[in-house]
Amino acid sequence: MNFGAIWTIYIFEMRRFFRTITQSLVSPVLSTSLYFVVFGAAIGSRIDEVEGVSYGAFIVPGLIMLSVMTQATSNASFGIYFPKFIGTIYELLSAPINFLEVVAGYVGAAATKALFIGVVILITAFFFVDIKIAHPLAMMVFLVLTCVSFALLGFIIGIWADNFEKLQLIPLLVITPLVFLGGSFYSITMLPPVWQTITLFNPVVYLISGFRWSFFGEADVAIGVSLFAIALFTGVCLAIIWWIFRTGWRIRQ
Amino acid sequence: MSAIVSVQNLRKAYAGGFEALKSVTLDIQEGEILALLGPNGAGKTTLISTICGITVPTSGTVTVGGHDTQTAFRAARSLIGLVPQEINLEPFETVMNSVRFSRGLFGKPRNDAYVEDVLKQLSLHDKKDNKIMTLSGGMKRRVLIAKALSHEPRVLFLDEPTAGVDVELRKDMWEVVAKLKASGVTIILTTHYIEEAEAIADRVAVINKGEILLVQDKADLMAQMGQKQLRIELTEAADTVPAALAGYDLERAHDGLSLTYSYDSTGERTGITTLLNDLQKAGLQMKDIQTQQSSLEDIFVGLVKETA
Repeated sequence: MNFGAIWTIYIFEMRRFFRTITQSLVSPVLSTSLYFVVFGAAIGSRIDEVEGVSYGAFIVPGLIMLSVMTQATSNASFGIYFPKFIGTIYELLSAPINFLEVVAGYVGAAATKALFIGVVILITAFFFVDIKIAHPLAMMVFLVLTCVSFALLGFIIGIWADNFEKLQLIPLLVITPLVFLGGSFYSITMLPPVWQTITLFNPVVYLISGFRWSFFGEADVAIGVSLFAIALFTGVCLAIIWWIFRTGWRIRQ
Repeated sequence: MSAIVSVQNLRKAYAGGFEALKSVTLDIQEGEILALLGPNGAGKTTLISTICGITVPTSGTVTVGGHDTQTAFRAARSLIGLVPQEINLEPFETVMNSVRFSRGLFGKPRNDAYVEDVLKQLSLHDKKDNKIMTLSGGMKRRVLIAKALSHEPRVLFLDEPTAGVDVELRKDMWEVVAKLKASGVTIILTTHYIEEAEAIADRVAVINKGEILLVQDKADLMAQMGQKQLRIELTEAADTVPAALAGYDLERAHDGLSLTYSYDSTGERTGITTLLNDLQKAGLQMKDIQTQQSSLEDIFVGLVKETA
């Protein structure tokens, strides 16, 4: 393993994050605060408690997940797409490193950025609503796993994309709808039975449910199922990356 | 001298069937400067990319420092520095960070003193904290060279290092190459500029349509170029070369209206005076006389035309 190279990529990517700190950190925090104001305060004041928790507090895990998933995906996809776009990828291909080391550097950095944003949003949430975290360790495990798995997904998207439009396609058309429909802002038990069944096909439901359980001790689906779902998702992403590594798909001609 | 880069029967065919390299075999000696000459699309960049690991060969092997570039890619690649043809640089980074990044990718510990030294050699030191986007084209090309040298390679590939570079900077670049050679680095450069090959290379390889047409010491090539031809046009066609002139090995044109004499212009005696005297004695009437010198360009154009 060329740990020096992994670290070099990681630091290089993190520097981009800090160089564009406004865009990287302030904008997700600002948009999440707006969600709190609109959904939590304005609309939430007219909604009863959900599963024994005030609506403002109920949406906190979902909001964090929304940001973390989209940030992990877009940071990782941009991170690897940009060198392809400007041509600096030649350096990665001609260096004595293998593809998995490249993945570790980019995915590690993207996951760190997303984790950072997630934690900042959580801290922001304390200013708006009264929340307690029932299982802090489980909360961190879910958060880290989500950051890593979605960064892996983002990396795959970045390799697949051959233009900027494709780079945005999956986050906008797939991830955002799945997160919104995955119970970020409501409990799936509030849906009619048919929709409850349909919703169970949305993988994001399991992530949000598990994450919410770590806050309030209540979940839409069993915690074991949630853990299995996120492990499965991570496994599928790793398998695709392994395949890309074996075939050199869209990287090495 | 031993081969530091050895390319054996290297073939590269793309999915569409296009064969960019057709069984290329080439040994590059340690410490030499090899110029790879060829027209656009000849396969120069594909050959370099395949040696450096950017493209995967269809068949054949490449070893660098004795390490196979496929099976022992880490050992092979760590010996190589690559300066690509296109100016591919992260525009928002500073020169220093960008060069440090390249060093880090090769797993080398941070060594700012060495990196700064490289920047000084390339007259980039005063720009080290500038963002790359603020540099001129020539400066950016130097940054690419600095990045390639950042990990102390033993073999340096320069893919058209002076394309689009002004004459002044080209001369600077040649000086840099000469210094690198003096420090023991093996250099392979591709170019369309024949003067460039003449100016700095030890050996010249000509490639066209994915095939190596010639690999020769520049000195031998220069010796060939030292050959001059004296063309004598006659007022009346000569059916044969007169027996008295047999010793000059003259070449008679088909129509018999001209005779060509080849001689070494660097030799002490060219034999021109005696030839002209003997021509007169043989009773041939001269209409005009011209001399011609073959250049590397003639050799190159001739070779490339043959394969066209």
